[in-house]
Amino acid sequence: MKTSELVEFERVGKVYQVGDSEVHALAEVSISIGVGDFISVIGPSGSGKSTFMNLCGCLDTPSEGRVMIDGVDVAGMTDDELAALRNQKLGFVFQQFNLLPRTTSLDNVALPLLYAGVKRRDRHHKAMEVLNLVGLSDRTDHHPAQLSGGQQQRVAIARALVNDPVLLLADEPTGALDTRTSAEIMMLFQQLNDKGISIVLVTHEQDIASAARRRLTFRDGRVIEDKPIEQLRFLQPDRSVKIA
Amino acid sequence: MNVLESMLVAIIALRTNLMRSLLTMLGIIIGVAAVITMVAMGSGAQKEVDQQIAALGTNLFMVTRGYSRDHGARRAAGTRVRLTEDDARMLKEQIPEIVAAAPTMRGSVQAVIGNTNWATTVQGIDNDYIVARNWVVREGREFDPREVRTGAKVVLLGHTVAEELFGESNVIGQTIRLNNVPFRITGVLSQKGQTMNGQDQDDVVMVPLATARGRLIGHSQSVPKAVHVIMVSVAEAGMMDDVEQQMTQLLRQRHRIRADQEDTFRIRNMSEMVETRAETSRVFNMLLAAVASVSLVVGGIGIMNIMLVSVTERTREIGLRRAVGARSRDILTQFLVEAVTLCTLGGAVGVLLAVLISYGTAEVTGWPVALQWEVIVLAVVFSAAIGVFFGFYPARKAANQNPIEALRYE
Repeated sequence: MKTSELVEFERVGKVYQVGDSEVHALAEVSISIGVGDFISVIGPSGSGKSTFMNLCGCLDTPSEGRVMIDGVDVAGMTDDELAALRNQKLGFVFQQFNLLPRTTSLDNVALPLLYAGVKRRDRHHKAMEVLNLVGLSDRTDHHPAQLSGGQQQRVAIARALVNDPVLLLADEPTGALDTRTSAEIMMLFQQLNDKGISIVLVTHEQDIASAARRRLTFRDGRVIEDKPIEQLRFLQPDRSVKIA
Repeated sequence: MNVLESMLVAIIALRTNLMRSLLTMLGIIIGVAAVITMVAMGSGAQKEVDQQIAALGTNLFMVTRGYSRDHGARRAAGTRVRLTEDDARMLKEQIPEIVAAAPTMRGSVQAVIGNTNWATTVQGIDNDYIVARNWVVREGREFDPREVRTGAKVVLLGHTVAEELFGESNVIGQTIRLNNVPFRITGVLSQKGQTMNGQDQDDVVMVPLATARGRLIGHSQSVPKAVHVIMVSVAEAGMMDDVEQQMTQLLRQRHRIRADQEDTFRIRNMSEMVETRAETSRVFNMLLAAVASVSLVVGGIGIMNIMLVSVTERTREIGLRRAVGARSRDILTQFLVEAVTLCTLGGAVGVLLAVLISYGTAEVTGWPVALQWEVIVLAVVFSAAIGVFFGFYPARKAANQNPIEALRYE
């Protein structure tokens, strides 16, 4: 069944076995994420937002209900199929950047293309393109250790974008950054969203959360609030600035 | 992702931790070098023994004078009881399995040609000796039967003597003086090399037995036909024991030894002695190779150890790779290729080291060394196999990581 929605959760539950007891990390979550959405996910720790992200990111499969990514049901997919799905349709951004040490920005960005079976020259060409997009075309040969936190996160974002994903998943992307750099990174997300890239962003900071267009609040494994945000923050003065 | 890409990723990862990679490889380098060097030295020694066996002659007995007991007092070998030419002739006549029975005498002479001279050993022989000991006349000819019978003044030169006295020039037909007696050179023997005891077998001149006795060594007054040694060659190796018994019986009879008396002669199975030595060296080689292989296995364990550390250290990297689309198979391949690359590189360096050590040792000590291509190829293949074997467990551990937990790993 093909739907117009990018991500669709239908009464999704996730149960973990911890020792003898069962932990209900997620229960009865039904959510739709449309193309071009920019969603922030907020909630205290243990509220289920990480589980939600893992399910969105096809790193995990639901115990109950159904998760559809770009019209494909992830339930019953093999490990390899999930890996291919992540590779082709999703981009990940992490709090700790997770760049390969002693590896150039260019090679870090090109990494997903390696697993997509793209030829080396095409990989570098494409990686150059996205590095340019995040404003780091002059840092291609630098190693992560030679970059600031903000720059590292930009490299990580470039890496998430390199395979033209339908959805960008950001897990506390500003958690390791100072306020000013956080604002820059959030503006980058907004610019990317303006270009039509869908984003799901997990955070525990209200400020950061309100940079999105829509906010999901989790508590005890359930979505307790789902509402659009009227007043956008971190906006650049001139939103018509071209970034590509 | 194909294997070539995986190898590239592996090499990059190994280069990132260069020092550690090198130290890990060291185990394999030493192991491979040890195996190849040991086998090379072993087969060198083996080759030498084989050459000695070939040079000795086939299925050879050496009959010498033994001890004689005189009222309980042991006399030196050869006293009173003598072996004679007739003994040799009878052995050959009576025992059909004997191909050659060569009575010989040995002494030392001074060989002189022009103003050069050379102290060497003279061997009084008949043509059976050349057969029994597998000598080859390289130039010229053997003695003819008349020369042997009449004790002609003819001589065959050993390789060393010919070289020392004549160098490259032609020697056949020339005259050489042995203890001031002129001899005509009829031939030169081809090279045999050293004996097991390190004596130069080619430092010898050979003359007919009668000539040696009459003109160079001298003869016993009581037993004019006495000889020192009888070399006996038997047709087939399987007959050796049987022939030995027959010889003992015959010689006891001829020497009139009573049933309660000990033999007055000694029969030594030369082939058996060398075979034993060859067998010993074979066993020794295998032991050496086995010990060297153990070091290779230890090197492999080193690889496994470091790969396990590496997998733990790079847990987040594994998580990240999984998140961006690596299948668990890709992770398995990556770490396996890393281990195999380490081992194969180590193996290649080990081969180089082994070649250096082998030739270095051969150069310095003069030991025979035989590097074998099969062993080199085998060692490299084996080290790659060690990479697969010891790399598999860490690689599987890496591939089985749960990506979510791997990403969260601190």
